[in-house]
Amino acid sequence: MRVLVVEDDRETAQFLQKSLKENGHTADLAADGEAGLALATDGAYDVLIVDRMLPRLDGLSVIKSLRAQGNRTPVLILSALGEVDDRVKGLRAGGDDYLTKPYAYSELLARVEALGRRTAPEEQQTRIAVGDLVLDRLSHRVTRGGEHILLQPREYRLLEYLMQHAGQVVTRTMLLEHVWDYHFDPQTNVIDVHVSRLRAKIDKNFDKPLLHTVRGAGYTIRDGPA
Amino acid sequence: MTALLERVAKAASTTAFGLSAAAVAFFLLAAALVVGFLFWQTNNLLTNQVLGVLTAEARILSSEMKVGGRAKLAETVAAMSHLRGTGLYYLADAGGVKIAGNLNRIPPELTEDTHGGVFSYQPAGDDSASHLAVAIPVDLGSDVRLIVGRDIEDQRAFADSIRLAFLLGFGVLSVAGLLGGLAVSRLILNRMDAITATSRSIIDGDLTRRIPTSGSGGELDALAGNLNEMLDRIEGLMSGLREVSDNIAHDLKTPLNRLRNSAEAALRDPRGAEAYREGLERTIEKSDELIKTFNALLLIARLEAGPLEESVETFDLGRFVEDVTELYMPAAEEAGFALSIEAEKNVFVRANRQLIGQAVANLIDNAIKYSRGGEPGSAITVRAYREEGRPAFSVGDHGPGIAADDRERALKRFVRLEASRTQPGTGLGLSLVAAVARLHHGEVRLEDNQPGLKVAVLLSGKCMIAASPASGSADSDVSAGIAAQ
Repeated sequence: MRVLVVEDDRETAQFLQKSLKENGHTADLAADGEAGLALATDGAYDVLIVDRMLPRLDGLSVIKSLRAQGNRTPVLILSALGEVDDRVKGLRAGGDDYLTKPYAYSELLARVEALGRRTAPEEQQTRIAVGDLVLDRLSHRVTRGGEHILLQPREYRLLEYLMQHAGQVVTRTMLLEHVWDYHFDPQTNVIDVHVSRLRAKIDKNFDKPLLHTVRGAGYTIRDGPA
Repeated sequence: MTALLERVAKAASTTAFGLSAAAVAFFLLAAALVVGFLFWQTNNLLTNQVLGVLTAEARILSSEMKVGGRAKLAETVAAMSHLRGTGLYYLADAGGVKIAGNLNRIPPELTEDTHGGVFSYQPAGDDSASHLAVAIPVDLGSDVRLIVGRDIEDQRAFADSIRLAFLLGFGVLSVAGLLGGLAVSRLILNRMDAITATSRSIIDGDLTRRIPTSGSGGELDALAGNLNEMLDRIEGLMSGLREVSDNIAHDLKTPLNRLRNSAEAALRDPRGAEAYREGLERTIEKSDELIKTFNALLLIARLEAGPLEESVETFDLGRFVEDVTELYMPAAEEAGFALSIEAEKNVFVRANRQLIGQAVANLIDNAIKYSRGGEPGSAITVRAYREEGRPAFSVGDHGPGIAADDRERALKRFVRLEASRTQPGTGLGLSLVAAVARLHHGEVRLEDNQPGLKVAVLLSGKCMIAASPASGSADSDVSAGIAAQ
């Protein structure tokens, strides 16, 4: 993916550029809002990473200008302001996702990849398959190897989100935000327990595990090794 | 003397004095208009009366002339002139020679005027001053000239006394008004000086000072009361800020030191690369814990600083609490607890959903962490209900509980009671719950759950938008499994 990083802290920007390259992406840098807006307007990027507090033109103004031009490139906002109000303002300005500083790089990467490969709602499949695991979004029926798996509603939504992002790392925070719509710290490993219960249902009686834990990052569902 | 003059000058330069002076000026102008109008009306009335009398007399004298001729007229005029009154007459022939009357000549003011008018004359036997009179000519043909008049000196004296009274009153009112204005502005100035002096002390760093009130319950007292409340709030926030910085200095230095020690230990470890890797992983874990603590601390400080209006939304408290509880069900079950929920549905509140969720999460997390799971009766009960018309939720456990003496302290930042020291945690969980409650103008109650601890969060009644007609938890449904979606 081609990523544009609009970040005024040189050290952070270079760290992100280097890390994204290590993960197989290309990353351009812009050190202020005006330069970021010019690059985002001219270049064809898959994802924009925009810091909120930028010199010359703040991050939210950059996003608003882009959206006003009709530019729909997914944007991940980075900010030290992490309260609910701040998130709401960021998402209302046209941001697609919001990450509070300080963040773990694995969290940022997972979110960038989720944004980059996100499918438009009209293109959403009614049937998602990962290996022999099939989820039918019309009948809410899940089968593996043709065998019906009975899931609780929340387990179904958890699996649906994981399968929508098959092959990608999905963090615990992403699951909490997208499956439960919670933006608070659950304090304990509640997500891990939910995932392990889901794993018991979809992997336990099968030879090949599909739901993998990515240490220090989160989870991924894929037909193959983690 | 100079000091007094300075005080007067200061009072005179105040807004209060300016307003008083403006009010007095407006009042005096209104009074002048009213008195002037009354004076003008009275004058008109009296003049019309005199003119009426003169017109009547002129008619009588005309008929005398018609009936008895010039001789009869002269006789009547002479008779009327000798009466001791205010009547003035002058009868002359066509050549201007006086025939009868008590006026010596035609007043020069009336020689050209055919309609009559006001003139001055010197009464016979009165050398003091000239009198004011009004007269009209009577048309009796060309062979005689008759003027009929009235002395209006009494009217002039009346008008003069009214004018004098008005001017005196005007003067007295002006002086009294200005003195009153000075007194009022002085009073206000004294109160303002007290407010200024207090503000000055506060600016200089004494946040304990408060503005004195007179106890009269007036507007200035209300203003002083509000300012004092504001100062209480500011003092509270400042002490909170001091507390936060003390906490940061004290409680964050320890984990930072641990972080440093861990990195140093890894560097000293002879195993090399493997130890470095472990050290780095530990460093990341410890910095994550630090970030968590720091975020919680900042969130509490921000909640205490003021409302988060934009993030307020309307939701069913019972359903939401049930939903959050459901998130913890598997974790509680694995820890050996029977987690149950009793939620009264259709209690719609207007609140910050994420913060309420955080409060519920913190309470359930505390209950799991600090009460003993896996033992008989290891139950955690989460409730959402109404109490005294206020929306509320509570989490009760059967753990060791908190001693009554420690309950207030347990809500403070970084307080880790002896029983909980061995457990992981920041010591901010309950203080964050308390901050969320305060943000919603509510309160947190720590109660004995017999056995265990029950933490109840009561939000303000103002947060409630609507509720089902059922009272209490009559329509609550208890579910001990996964809530229906």
